[in-house]
Amino acid sequence: MNFKLKDIVPQLITVIAVVLIFGFFTYNAQINMENRGIDFGYGFLSQESSFDVQFSLIEYDGSHSYFRAYLVGLLNTILVSVIGIIIATILGVIVGVARLSPNYLINKFAAFYVEFFRNIPLLLQIFFWYFAALRALPLPQDAEAMFGVFFLTIKGLYVPAFIWQNFNIFFYSIIAVIIATIVIKTYAKKVQENQGKQIPVFLISIGLIFILPLLSFLIGGVRLSFEVPVLKQLATTSFIYEGGVSLPPELIALTLSLSLYTATFIAECVRAGIQGVGKGQKEAAASIGLTPNQVLKLVIMPQALRIIIPPTTNQYLNLTKNSSLAAAIAYPDLVLVFAGTALMQTGKAIEIVSITMFTYLTLSISISILMNWYNKKIAIEEK
Amino acid sequence: MFKYIKQLTSLVAMVAVLFTFTTESMAAKKSKTLKNTQKKGFVRCGVSQGLPGFSNADAAGNWTGVDVDVCRAVAAAVLGDANKVKFTPLSAKERFTALTSGEIDILSRNTTWTLSRDADIGLTFVGVNFYDGQGFMVRKSSGITSTSQFKNGISACTNIGTTTELNMRDFFNSKGISYEPVAFEKADEVVAAYDAGRCDTYTTDKSGLAAQRTKMKNPDEHIVLPETISKEPLGPVVRQGDAVWEDIVRWSLNTMIEAEEYGITSANADMMKTSDNPAIKRLVGAEGELGAAFGLDNDWSLRIIKQVGNYGESYKRNIADTGILPDRGPNQLWTKGGILYVPPAR
Repeated sequence: MNFKLKDIVPQLITVIAVVLIFGFFTYNAQINMENRGIDFGYGFLSQESSFDVQFSLIEYDGSHSYFRAYLVGLLNTILVSVIGIIIATILGVIVGVARLSPNYLINKFAAFYVEFFRNIPLLLQIFFWYFAALRALPLPQDAEAMFGVFFLTIKGLYVPAFIWQNFNIFFYSIIAVIIATIVIKTYAKKVQENQGKQIPVFLISIGLIFILPLLSFLIGGVRLSFEVPVLKQLATTSFIYEGGVSLPPELIALTLSLSLYTATFIAECVRAGIQGVGKGQKEAAASIGLTPNQVLKLVIMPQALRIIIPPTTNQYLNLTKNSSLAAAIAYPDLVLVFAGTALMQTGKAIEIVSITMFTYLTLSISISILMNWYNKKIAIEEK
Repeated sequence: MFKYIKQLTSLVAMVAVLFTFTTESMAAKKSKTLKNTQKKGFVRCGVSQGLPGFSNADAAGNWTGVDVDVCRAVAAAVLGDANKVKFTPLSAKERFTALTSGEIDILSRNTTWTLSRDADIGLTFVGVNFYDGQGFMVRKSSGITSTSQFKNGISACTNIGTTTELNMRDFFNSKGISYEPVAFEKADEVVAAYDAGRCDTYTTDKSGLAAQRTKMKNPDEHIVLPETISKEPLGPVVRQGDAVWEDIVRWSLNTMIEAEEYGITSANADMMKTSDNPAIKRLVGAEGELGAAFGLDNDWSLRIIKQVGNYGESYKRNIADTGILPDRGPNQLWTKGGILYVPPAR
């Protein structure tokens, strides 16, 4: 009895303390808001927002609700995070492997990159890419076309828009390729287990990726044309490109700085992971006759990944949260649109900040859950 | 032992009751904010992060501007020294929260008086110290001389968290022009992006445009278009719920404007004590008991005029002489064709 009590009491006290502290702050906030005549409530979310946003993945203008403005910000945050994570991972893996290269030049260059970019504050890098790099870009009327169709200007990157006919057939053909690859992979594994024969799955899937969509063009009636951006004059010295898709420079600068910064940390994770695998493993694998490619794929990487994944998850979370620095360079992310403009127009500080915090929490936890699931999948199965 | 404790408790209770009574009667005249300000010895004033002519800090950290002068006037009135002000630079986004949460006691930061701000978020606007309107700035080389020349696809740089964002939408929608809003958190970044050519036009209050123009790499390359697309009465704001403090700030501002009307300046204020005009005598504290209504002495308004000057002096020093807006336009006295008109101090 006594023993049990000793276990429970400290926990009970902690819970009560936490509840009391939260209760106190809630109560205090309520009293203060009442004194100052501020209403509390989430009703504003359905009101007309009456402000426009520069860049949105869904249809939005000021006649939509504040909730829709929230979605616009959230999607923009997710967009820059996803692109950032993909680029940072690719770059991080390349640089991480390069740091282990026996080639002196590659090795030192990778080391220089890591030390340089991870030791400069991110906000400064964002400002650099936005203001310094932006000023160096040409005005729309002076821009030289890249490959005849891309235009990189101070007002953004203009790329041709795809105009599809019968896009759904093309889409189904891609789905078919994915399903076929999975089926072939499962079959190949079975064949290897039963007969010891290896089927070149990789080559077959590459072939499928080309052939099936090509067939959809030839017999499925899929047509693809491009809408190339065209220069349009607004005033004597003011031009823009019309048609095509325009990526705002804010998005480009933010993605670039986030990826370059986070890639340095991922590179170190990758290096640590590879170096964490015992040298004997590699030698043993080579001695049983595996090719260097197989050694990396079958022996080194599966073990290295277990070391790489957990710290890399942290970097993904950091990148997502760091994307909120977007507000400094006018990229309309969640913080700028919702915790910025919407907060100012409604004055609902507590409500909006709480929603924003909860959203970032949800985003981070989702990434964590996904990465933990993957980590568990590749972990050693102890029997 | 217990007997003593009981006695002690009743004594403490009695003292507490007595104390409550005395403070209660004082509070009728003295507001909580006023009391706190006098205890601290400085006025806590929220200003912009740097808008020449309105609130701008020099290299030595001295703040100047017409918005700054409102806070200085209050400090002169309640503390006797116009320099006893602690300035807190705030972004447009932070300003109201800083005021409602009690971090500052006056917000004097080129803030537009609107219905929703006044009624919704626990604030009270006390008056107008600058009548403004939203305008557009463009590069001279663009050949644009009027907003009617704006075309579809124009990009406009501005600040977030301001009425500007809403006016801009109303304006472009009413003209049926599609536009790209590029909204930054800080004014310096708006200017930098516009100056770099990111945007075709920069839009904010016209006073702001005139002030920021002086910060550009080459100010002569830019012009402010003649159209004004909104009403922007800018003025100081206080927290709701402290009527006396609200009155002090309101009448500090009014004193400056009325002093100009009667020709009282920082230089001649003392001589005006012997004026024949009772209105002037009231303003310089030689007649009546105006300060008593706020729990202040009778020289409060004289100190404002002597230490800060009248509105005209403040305007000339901060906005006209710095070349921002030499023409006072609507911010001229009603007696001289403007719309500055304040209730009489009597």
